[in-house]
Amino acid sequence: MLRLEALSKRFGGVVATDGVSLEVAKGEVHALIGPNGAGKTTLIGQISGSLPPDSGRVVFLEKEITRDSLHERVRAGLARSYQITSLFRRFSALDNVALAVQARSGSSFSFWRPVAGETRLFDEAASILDEIGLSEKKSQTASTLAHGDQRALEVGLALATRPQLVLLDEPMAGMGPEESRRMIALIERIRTRVTILLVEHDMDAVFRLADRISVLVSGRILATGRPQEIRANAEVRRAYLGDEVAA
Amino acid sequence: MKKNIFLLIVFLSFPLVMQAADNLFYVSFASRVMIYAIAATSLNLALGYGGMISFGHAAFVGAGAYAASICIVEGLTSAWLGWPAAMAAAAAAAWLIGAVSLRTRGVYFIMITLAFAQMAFYLVNSMKAYGGDEGLTLPQRASGLGNEVAFYYVVLLLLSLTLLLLHRLVNSRFGRVIVAIRENEARAEAVGLPVFRYRLACFVIAGAFAGLAGALLASHGKYVNPNVLHWSQSGELMIMVILGGVGRLWGGAIGAAVLLGLEHLITDYPIGWLERIAPNYQDHAGLGIGLVLLAIVLFAPQGLAGLADGRKRAAA
Repeated sequence: MLRLEALSKRFGGVVATDGVSLEVAKGEVHALIGPNGAGKTTLIGQISGSLPPDSGRVVFLEKEITRDSLHERVRAGLARSYQITSLFRRFSALDNVALAVQARSGSSFSFWRPVAGETRLFDEAASILDEIGLSEKKSQTASTLAHGDQRALEVGLALATRPQLVLLDEPMAGMGPEESRRMIALIERIRTRVTILLVEHDMDAVFRLADRISVLVSGRILATGRPQEIRANAEVRRAYLGDEVAA
Repeated sequence: MKKNIFLLIVFLSFPLVMQAADNLFYVSFASRVMIYAIAATSLNLALGYGGMISFGHAAFVGAGAYAASICIVEGLTSAWLGWPAAMAAAAAAAWLIGAVSLRTRGVYFIMITLAFAQMAFYLVNSMKAYGGDEGLTLPQRASGLGNEVAFYYVVLLLLSLTLLLLHRLVNSRFGRVIVAIRENEARAEAVGLPVFRYRLACFVIAGAFAGLAGALLASHGKYVNPNVLHWSQSGELMIMVILGGVGRLWGGAIGAAVLLGLEHLITDYPIGWLERIAPNYQDHAGLGIGLVLLAIVLFAPQGLAGLADGRKRAAA
């Protein structure tokens, strides 16, 4: 579904990604892990469209999208969530999602008709809030939601664009165990209908959710495989996992 | 609702009462205030709702003023022709300036819009065929609008339409999008919105209405000179928006009324004791206005419109 072909990016003398090739198959949860500074953030930028690569190609649904802008990729079905929560903070939870639904459903060059009358937008937004477990808090202002709820809304915004593939950038960031458990349950619910590329530091979550795992170290893919293969891979353990997972 | 009907009656009867009192100066003054209200409202769309801090809005007022004036000088005196031409000219200017400026952010955007407006200022200064730096005196207003009272009603109608359009626009799909972009541009892009296109459209709409204000301004004084494009005019419009309320429907209108009202009070009604201390204080109206602006920013950061809303909420 998504294919990266030898993506590279240099910042001055620093090589952030160095010929990364990767394939995400339809329907899988593909986890991307790696130590800090491995180039994950750069790679996410290249996939989502905020960073143009120096060389290499990004192919999505058999179409090259290497030079497509962020919003064009979203339209094509490739959405993302952010590691640092990025919401419309002064909008209610419902309005946040409704805006994302609106962005997908046709042009917004409509200047006269009140959007509040478009029940379809808000019905669909409400059903997404239901799915991410926020229907009780739909009229709450986004900035006043608890951290875990904001993280869920972050994922909800990506889902509202009806993506075929969603790139979740550390959805568990800064979460306590209870919140993480809820996020894992949410990802379990959506994986049946959307392909997921999951970037995450929480190894517990990664090994529970992922069908396949790719390990990024120093801007290169060190290994790709099933969770048990990755766990058993000596190189990976030396470079990243250490004894924590082996135990 | 009762209050609105009361306001409507006041606005509709004002020129008739003034005419009866043989005081047309205030009818003309009210027209001027309403014209600036249109200009400030248009800036509020870009600045308040769209989050685009344009420091060159006078360029669009000026484009409209000159386009309408040139029409009249060339013998095309119909407002039906001159004013749409003014809006089109200002929209075109906004499109050109916006297409470049909107690729920048923050303080760079402020500076680049200012720079473009200054270029426009010098451009009209050198337009010798149409008055150059001396300005352009019009033989007449747009046809049929020589009468002060008739002109007042036309401006009142156009201001009402502008406010109605703004009200509809900010609650439409488009309005939602531009406010969302103001709130979080990166996120708006990441839910699939072509941010640049929406911003540019908003900027062009704002420019067009500034152009309408410019056309009215030229007709009102039967005179236009390059100073309508001066950067201090952009600053004055910005002050109106901040005074009245950034991102509030009535912000531009209230700000225009308060600022022009204050200027008029300070320059036309000398205060005896102040004059004894500082004989030429009236030449420095800006100082008094500055103090008022300071008070607003400190004590009512939502502007006067926000203050009124706050009262209402506290009362409820």
